[in-house]
Amino acid sequence: MIDLALFVAFPYVAVILAIVVGLYRYYTDRFSYSSLSSQFLENRTLFWGSVPFHYGILVILLAHLLALLFPGLWSSLIGAQARLYVLEVTGLALALMAIVGMALLFIRRLNNQRVLMVTSTIDWIFLVVLLAQILLGFWVALFFRWGSDWYLHTAVPWLISLATLSPQAQYVSVLPFIVKLHMLGGFLIIALFPFTRLVHFVTFPITYFWRPYQVVIWNRRVRAGVEVKK
Amino acid sequence: MDIRAQVSMVFHLDKCIGCHTCSISCKNIWTDRKGTEFMWWNNVETKPGTGYPTLWEDQEKYKGGWVQDGDRLRLKLQGRFGALSSLFFNPYLPTVDDYYEPWTYQYDELFNAPEGDDQPTARPISMITGKYMDIEAGPNWDDDLGGSPVYAANDPNKDGLTDEERAQLNEVQRVVFFYLPRICNHCLNPGCVAACPAGAIYKRGEDGVVLLKQDQCRAWRMCISGCPYKKTYYNWSTGKAEKCILCYPRLESGQPPACFHSCVGRIRYLGVLLYDADRILDTASSSEAVLVEAQRAIIQDPFDPQVVSAARANGISDAMIASARISPVYKFVKQWMLALPLHPEFRTIPMLYYVPPMLPVLAAVKNGLYNVVGAGENGLAPLISSLEKARLPLRYMASLFAAGNEETVAAVYRKLIAVRLYMRHLTVKDVSLAEANQALNVGQTTAEEVQAIFRLTATPTFEERFVVPPMEREVAIEQTLDPFTHKTQAGFGFRQAPERRW
Repeated sequence: MIDLALFVAFPYVAVILAIVVGLYRYYTDRFSYSSLSSQFLENRTLFWGSVPFHYGILVILLAHLLALLFPGLWSSLIGAQARLYVLEVTGLALALMAIVGMALLFIRRLNNQRVLMVTSTIDWIFLVVLLAQILLGFWVALFFRWGSDWYLHTAVPWLISLATLSPQAQYVSVLPFIVKLHMLGGFLIIALFPFTRLVHFVTFPITYFWRPYQVVIWNRRVRAGVEVKK
Repeated sequence: MDIRAQVSMVFHLDKCIGCHTCSISCKNIWTDRKGTEFMWWNNVETKPGTGYPTLWEDQEKYKGGWVQDGDRLRLKLQGRFGALSSLFFNPYLPTVDDYYEPWTYQYDELFNAPEGDDQPTARPISMITGKYMDIEAGPNWDDDLGGSPVYAANDPNKDGLTDEERAQLNEVQRVVFFYLPRICNHCLNPGCVAACPAGAIYKRGEDGVVLLKQDQCRAWRMCISGCPYKKTYYNWSTGKAEKCILCYPRLESGQPPACFHSCVGRIRYLGVLLYDADRILDTASSSEAVLVEAQRAIIQDPFDPQVVSAARANGISDAMIASARISPVYKFVKQWMLALPLHPEFRTIPMLYYVPPMLPVLAAVKNGLYNVVGAGENGLAPLISSLEKARLPLRYMASLFAAGNEETVAAVYRKLIAVRLYMRHLTVKDVSLAEANQALNVGQTTAEEVQAIFRLTATPTFEERFVVPPMEREVAIEQTLDPFTHKTQAGFGFRQAPERRW
């Protein structure tokens, strides 16, 4: 019963919250739909915190996603032992990068008066959750070898069962407590996403790659006597 | 030919008295809010000096504007890939300490301090942290050359000067400075617009005002580095960039912007220019030797029938064209060629032009009389060639207003000197007609032109200084709202305070 609540109901609630509240916030208060950069107030520690954290966490997240989306490809990738070792060591290194970065950011936020002033309660809650989640992930990777393999046979089918609306909690219900906690943490972050500054994740300005440098906006564009429809 | 209209500006530096009234009127209207305390959309700097934010002209430090890379124009800051990969940390962002930490004073202490032997004092408190602080910089920290061994000595425009010229600038007896008021230049090729990853900054097609959509800004901070003039600012409280909006709500109701309106020295002129948007890229990519000429050439003659028909075809109204014909900016920039762009080598094609200040000449006190060096027996004639004896080296002015081309600045000065001498001939009458005519020759101008320049410089009316073009809001809103309905409702829309509510 408790498994059903935690590994079936909770993930659905989290995703629905993320989508519904995320959309609601986007359409009612777009002004707040970003992170709140504090680089203007402090930028030395930020460099050593923000850069390793972001790049570390992004690559690790990408690996989680790739294994989920292309399990076949992933299993042949880790098929050779050497590749598995390289992958796991790289993952651990990246996680360490993210942890060190995150810790620095945490300390910076506590210690720097200026940055402290632009930190809200929800920021603190989210920071703690995120730090805990990364530490848990690191713990799992370190003590439950080889995560990149058993992830394919436990979490991936569970997540696919959730995605296909035929939820099956038994894939994960027998896993060690600490692993389960990491999985729940992931969905807790998804649930928190629309309420925090994490919304900046979905505002990544990919269009900058192709948009023209100059932006000109007309009330009603007329060129060479012909009205240009937008 | 793609003719567009641009609300443009001229600041006549000879008339600026450095009173900062413009800065204050702007501050009171737009930046008197949390997070904007340190912002001065309009600021007045003392030159030589390092300005605000400190050393803003040093593009090796802040990487603003554009650079010519082969036959391509690129942002000095970074390419598209570079922009997206440095979102987490912008290595060239000025921080609050490059401006100054805003503060107030603990005024309560003056009234509430317990009785004691000492006078109560109001200690400074940071407006960011609310804690006591030591004031280390302010918005005009080097005003009137205050702290000049630190600030004026490090002016980036002095880089090209000889040691002798530098020594001359620093010498107390010959010390010299002038003021440089600055607002957003509302450029034709703005660096801030190009640098914004979110595409939140745009130029209004109808009048060229550059604005920043607060709802679309995502705090990536690239515009602040991308603008070589450092005229976009980061609101640390809301996480949004903000910039000068050229008081467009005032323009739309027929008034000049607040900084223009309040200018005590009446140094500011505003009017519309017609330009050819097809030539923006070519103009911005011109070689340094012809940058100023190219920027003048992109401005089109509003009397030319071809230009007028192209403008009409682009939807520019006859009223706007009529306004362009009486624009004081057109006269100063294009017709008389007296006003120059600030740092054209940043290649953003700024639409705020400056008439450089007259250079004070070296003088000596002889027999109790204050004499211009070289003047005397020959009357004031040596003034005609006084440029060589200027206390502020031409090269310094050329570094500011002409991408280093001394001849461009010298031509402006020769004309300004002709205006002075010719008018002195007419009014004070101690300059002979021959001398006055010689000055006109050297300045390559005519008596009529000189009179017109004098008229618009010294005794223009309010309406001559500010030719606010018809902004045609009725046309702008008619697609969504009947103009007659709008007329009765304007100003009653729903507004939200600029705060993060999530």
